Amino acid sequence: MSSTQTEDARETRVVHKRRRRAVRIAEQASGGITSLIVKIALIAVIDALSLYALFVSMAQQQWTVFAVILVIAASINIIYFTRGWLPAKYLAPGLVFLLIFQVFVIGYTAYIAFTNYGTGHNSTKQDAVIALVQSAQDRVPDSPAYDLTVLDQLGTYSFLVTAPDGTVSMGNDATPLHTVDGAEMSGGKAVGLSGYTALDFASILQHQDEIAKIAVQISDDPNDGALRTPDGSSAYLYVSTLVYDEAAGTMTDTTTNTVYTDTGVGAFTAENGEQLMPGWSIAVGTENFTKAFTEQSIRGPLVSVTIWTFAFALLSVLTTFLLGLFLAIVFNDMRMKGRKFYRVLMILPYAFPGFLGALVWAGLLNRDFGFVNDVIFGGAEIPWLTNEWLAKISILWVNLWLGFPYMFLVCTGALQAIPEELTEAATVDGAKPFAIFRLIKFPLLLVTVAPLLISSFAFNFNNFNLIYMLTEGGPRDAAAGINVGGTDILISMVYKVAFVGASRDYGLASAFSIIIFVVVAVISIISFKQTKALEDLN
Amino acid sequence: MRVKTNPILAIGAMTAVAALALTGCSAGGGDEGSKKEGSTTLTVWVDADRAPVLKDVAAAFTKESGIAVKLVQKDFGKIQEEFVQQVPTGKGPDITIGAHDWLGNFVTNGVVQPIELGDIAGDFQDVAVTAMSYEGKTYGLPYSTENIALLRNTELAPEAPSTYDEMVQMGTDAGTEFPFLVQVGEESDPYHLYPFQTSFGAPVFGTKDDGSYDSEQLLLGNDGGIDFANWLAEQGKAGLLKTTVDGDIAKEKFVSGDSPFLITGPWNVAPAQDAGIDVAVDAIPSAGGEAAQPFVGVQGFFVSAKSKNALAANEFLTNYIGTKDVQVELYNVGKRPPALTAAFEEVSSDPTTAAFGEVGAAGVPMPNIPEMGSVWQFWGVTEADIINGKGDPAELWTTMTSDIRSAIEG
Repeated sequence: MSSTQTEDARETRVVHKRRRRAVRIAEQASGGITSLIVKIALIAVIDALSLYALFVSMAQQQWTVFAVILVIAASINIIYFTRGWLPAKYLAPGLVFLLIFQVFVIGYTAYIAFTNYGTGHNSTKQDAVIALVQSAQDRVPDSPAYDLTVLDQLGTYSFLVTAPDGTVSMGNDATPLHTVDGAEMSGGKAVGLSGYTALDFASILQHQDEIAKIAVQISDDPNDGALRTPDGSSAYLYVSTLVYDEAAGTMTDTTTNTVYTDTGVGAFTAENGEQLMPGWSIAVGTENFTKAFTEQSIRGPLVSVTIWTFAFALLSVLTTFLLGLFLAIVFNDMRMKGRKFYRVLMILPYAFPGFLGALVWAGLLNRDFGFVNDVIFGGAEIPWLTNEWLAKISILWVNLWLGFPYMFLVCTGALQAIPEELTEAATVDGAKPFAIFRLIKFPLLLVTVAPLLISSFAFNFNNFNLIYMLTEGGPRDAAAGINVGGTDILISMVYKVAFVGASRDYGLASAFSIIIFVVVAVISIISFKQTKALEDLN
Repeated sequence: MRVKTNPILAIGAMTAVAALALTGCSAGGGDEGSKKEGSTTLTVWVDADRAPVLKDVAAAFTKESGIAVKLVQKDFGKIQEEFVQQVPTGKGPDITIGAHDWLGNFVTNGVVQPIELGDIAGDFQDVAVTAMSYEGKTYGLPYSTENIALLRNTELAPEAPSTYDEMVQMGTDAGTEFPFLVQVGEESDPYHLYPFQTSFGAPVFGTKDDGSYDSEQLLLGNDGGIDFANWLAEQGKAGLLKTTVDGDIAKEKFVSGDSPFLITGPWNVAPAQDAGIDVAVDAIPSAGGEAAQPFVGVQGFFVSAKSKNALAANEFLTNYIGTKDVQVELYNVGKRPPALTAAFEEVSSDPTTAAFGEVGAAGVPMPNIPEMGSVWQFWGVTEADIINGKGDPAELWTTMTSDIRSAIEG
């Protein structure tokens, strides 16, 4: 028993010794004092930036942002100033960028998808109340403009006004307007009163927020209206048509006596369903998602748009790949003369910015004045972009033009990477060229190219540039009753829902984005699983 | 292996799009937002053309009031979107430049506050003040008006036509490729065709007593509207209106002398003159018998609902931007008729400006109510279908009207 204890103790000592030695070696290997200084300097910069960001977010009361920055900054310090955590030291920068650029964006989109954020619901309830009350101030028709001097007495501001008939009166938030005598006059305007300090323009501007809020009742009855000033030098008589009852949380229209209450739909709503705008943004749960699948006016187009999106992405990948592969094989043949020259020519469309290319094509395909109809088809008025099916073909055609150089490059590279010996060996074994290609080269090519085909599919699935520059999703069917055209793909439809027209619905658009995201993710996962089978070939 | 990193790339590309769409707008104005309560810097959003003029005005204002003015240059086309996005977050400016037909959107989103023109309201053109008003309150200080008119190549057509038929006749006699030109485009251009529509007595909306538009009265689909639809079909059949003629082509053909007439705005006057064409500006001839009223667009400045500098903003607008000198200077950079009557009179020595102003004075403000968005959505495509002869014009027009009505009612 006691001998095992001593043995244990010895072993522990040996382990400790080894560990100390390991730490020493590690320290030497890490470069000593210089790297330490660099490390401290870098962390100092990061900490300084984080600190600044913390102050800014605190000032703007963005507590979520504040917490996130705090956590990230703290983790960075802990990771780099403690021993160990070696994997974390390497992963941390990448993780931070992943958090900022992907996790945050996805999270935010998801959050928006569960709200009614959009036109008329783009802020908080508090903002809506302020905006409603602000715009409910009605200047009494034909009421005169009063000359105004703002007076200050121990921090309380009062209005000293001169009516057009020369009457001088005074009042403030607490005291309604009453006539005063003995005001200091200048050119028919009262400019001062003993016991008060008259504010000059600069001091008015200094306290403009408080002064702009002052409403001096013109009489004891609040319904008679109040004097307010928009500029600090003249006052006008306003009546408010909306009154906010903070305790009950209701808005009352004093002209019609309609009471608008918060019924949980993100706007003050009257009993007859009439809403006051602006409203505010609220969480609506899964409403946007159910809307996408159940509302007839959206569901109909959604189905046809989804089908076209898949067809477009698949056909685009297929056509560009086949043409690119064909050309790559042709230009990979040693017997071909002037290959370099042709290769450069082939890559030209790739060097041209895609959305410009699409714009140019839109001009070329104009029914009356386009080059294609005018010159190639001898003045025939073929509605390339205005007939639904021709527009779809045009889009595939233009995308082929834009996309084949990429496939050409990829296939050329992949073909050249296949060892020449394989072909030779096969030839020696008596294989025909097509058999060599089909049985040896093509499978090997697919190993390299398949992942790129999948990412190309994902890219085309969201190829907004092309669609928008070429047809803007059109041609639209005027009878459809919704702003979705024959060539709209999902992403351009989302864009139209969110950003076109007077009423934007960011919530619905985010819900669509998430649906698209899920679709693309599922396809990618399945495809990548499938391509793993190809890797066994290698 | 590469295979394994690729889904992340794909997701990354997608989320980047989403990121741009959803957060890009709020990221745009980082620094101008960090205003503190009571700080005395007035932030003004302005487009590139107007910025140099405002720079001098701002300097004068700063000198007199001690308030710094920070001009932030923005792409005009993006201001509406960014303003609506940023004001609620407290990042927006105190004042922004803008067009009057954004107003409905602004008010619905609660991002602007009314301003008090006070006694100077009468110094502006009526159409400009009406345009800047929403539900009876004035929200903006107008500085210019803009509308389309008929440009005439005096060499090809020495006289101004008084009716549409006369114009077509004169154009045919001139023997050019097109008797007259107006931009239509694949989804049509209701803005440029609107004068013809009003000449049939079919405005989009009726008006309330105070002159503001009433979304309850959709007059688009009245008998005049049907007449207009039939007329459109006829013109399309005759090849006088073509959906293939878009803005660029119309301008191009007029500038190269292929037509004596072009219905367009002041922006196309200079290119035509540069090409050596002697341009006259006339009223748009009536096609349906009544006056052909174009839409008038008014540009001006709005004050943010969240501005902590409301008094300074009002002071800056009414007493600086609203003065004759500044309005004349703003005219000099854009050549749009000033909204202030005195300034307009001063620049009327330029015949083009005077003529555009005159046509505009007889025009109607473009509706600034948000319901207008539902109209645009259906208006153009239906017109294009009618011009292209896709179905019975009256039927298409009636369908459009009911679609718009149901879109407005939501």
